[in-house]
Amino acid sequence: MMHGRAVHAAWAMTEYKVKFDVFEGPLDLLLYLIKKQEVDIYQVNLTELANQFIEYIELMRMLDLDIAGEFLVMAATLMYIKSRELLPTDQQATIEGEDQEPDPRWELIRKLVEYKKFKDAAAKLQELELQQENVFRRVAPKPELEVEMPPQKLDVSLFDLLSALNNVLKRLEARNDALDVTDEKCTVHEKMELLLRLVAERGVVRFSELFEPITSRAEVIVTFLALLELVRLKQLVAAQPVQFGEIQITRAPVQVVLQPSPDRTQTHATADDAHTEAAPAQHGQSITGDSNSFAQ
Amino acid sequence: MQLKLVLESLLFSAQKPLAARELRELLIAAAEQESADENARLFRNVTEQEIGTALDELAREHELAQRSYRLVCIAGAWQFVTQPEYAPWVKVLVGVKPRPPRLSMPALETLAIVAYRQPITRAEIEQIRGVNVDGVMQTLIERGLIAQVGRADVVGRPVLYGTTDLFLEYFGLRSLDDLPAADELRRPLEQKTVEAAAQAGLATPPPEQLTRPEQGQPAQAQPQPVPENQSAPTQPAPETRRTGDST
Repeated sequence: MMHGRAVHAAWAMTEYKVKFDVFEGPLDLLLYLIKKQEVDIYQVNLTELANQFIEYIELMRMLDLDIAGEFLVMAATLMYIKSRELLPTDQQATIEGEDQEPDPRWELIRKLVEYKKFKDAAAKLQELELQQENVFRRVAPKPELEVEMPPQKLDVSLFDLLSALNNVLKRLEARNDALDVTDEKCTVHEKMELLLRLVAERGVVRFSELFEPITSRAEVIVTFLALLELVRLKQLVAAQPVQFGEIQITRAPVQVVLQPSPDRTQTHATADDAHTEAAPAQHGQSITGDSNSFAQ
Repeated sequence: MQLKLVLESLLFSAQKPLAARELRELLIAAAEQESADENARLFRNVTEQEIGTALDELAREHELAQRSYRLVCIAGAWQFVTQPEYAPWVKVLVGVKPRPPRLSMPALETLAIVAYRQPITRAEIEQIRGVNVDGVMQTLIERGLIAQVGRADVVGRPVLYGTTDLFLEYFGLRSLDDLPAADELRRPLEQKTVEAAAQAGLATPPPEQLTRPEQGQPAQAQPQPVPENQSAPTQPAPETRRTGDST
């Protein structure tokens, strides 16, 4: 079928199409020629138009361009119109003997006018298309904005931690009293480093895991104090994913503001000294008074 | 409490465009909340029409205020969008909008014909464009801008095509009535056969007035030259329409 050849050729070989692209179809070529004649579509000289159209077809043939069947049909129509024009009106008699046969000139012009309108409409759509590229829709952010912070219910209070510590100590007693003879000296500072390393390696550490290898009551206490200190310094976060479940220790989210906030400096003027000190009472106060993660 | 301001707050906080129906559901849900106070219960019985009217008014207010954004209804869903002239800055903030490649002129022409004349068969489109449209139609279907909407009640029962909601979204249109010059290009709903026959070419001069080459005098000789861009309804003869794919 000759019908779709130009289009299929366009799909097959794009660069070939480029030359042809100036006129998509015969109506495009006609509109172009009418524009060149600088007259209204309704007043166009059809004989001249027919001549020009066929000239272009010849030119395309010369350039060995694939001429779509539609062009040849249009050429035939134009030739028919031209041949009719050569006869006086009364002899232009209806060849098929039909009185109602539409005037081919009128048919062609009606088609051209209609096509022109859609071409204009297409240009308007193109304008809208370009405009839409520059229009941005407001999209409200999701309500749960604070994804960085652990959800409220995960917070662990100091009492939760103390209660967990109590369990650890009870377990230790139940395990073996006799083992409590070693006199390992370890400082809160050392334990803090150990905890940080452990959490950095594992990501999440269960509270009980922190104390599993420990056999002395003193070491449990020191480890616990180290944990409290790290939480207070916002290095670690203690969270309880399930209510009354196991407490989990994770790294605190990276703080955007590195400088301590005014109220914090007020409460903890000696924050830097805290590494070396390990007074339980002081820590207990600081945790309840300051850390967000302990908010109840 | 003004309805339009309640709606404004909802659209401002929405994560997607909302249709009048969805807004109404929200208003009702708010009114039925246990904690609903007198204000919240105000719009318990609001209708979609009332919502539409309020939003139209709100959109007009925004337009008058000449803000950098406006309230629009695209494909039936309301949303706030920025004005195109602020794109140079917004683009830097949100990045280039992910959009499919622009449509070619033949694709736009074909799309325009489908948009204004839907539902329409492929043969009818080809009749208007004067060329085969297989490739272009394929592209438009693949991009989801047009879709099959039924079959014509003629021999061969050819497929009828129409535009999709995505078409409206792509061009930022509220509805098909929002198409530029819709009244002029739409297919006339009811063709009065008698009138059409009597007027032959309607607003266009009858064929007898066409300039003949023998007459020499072209343009000025016309008694009533009709500018081509004037609204000359291109009403086709009733019996020649809907020929369908005769093959």
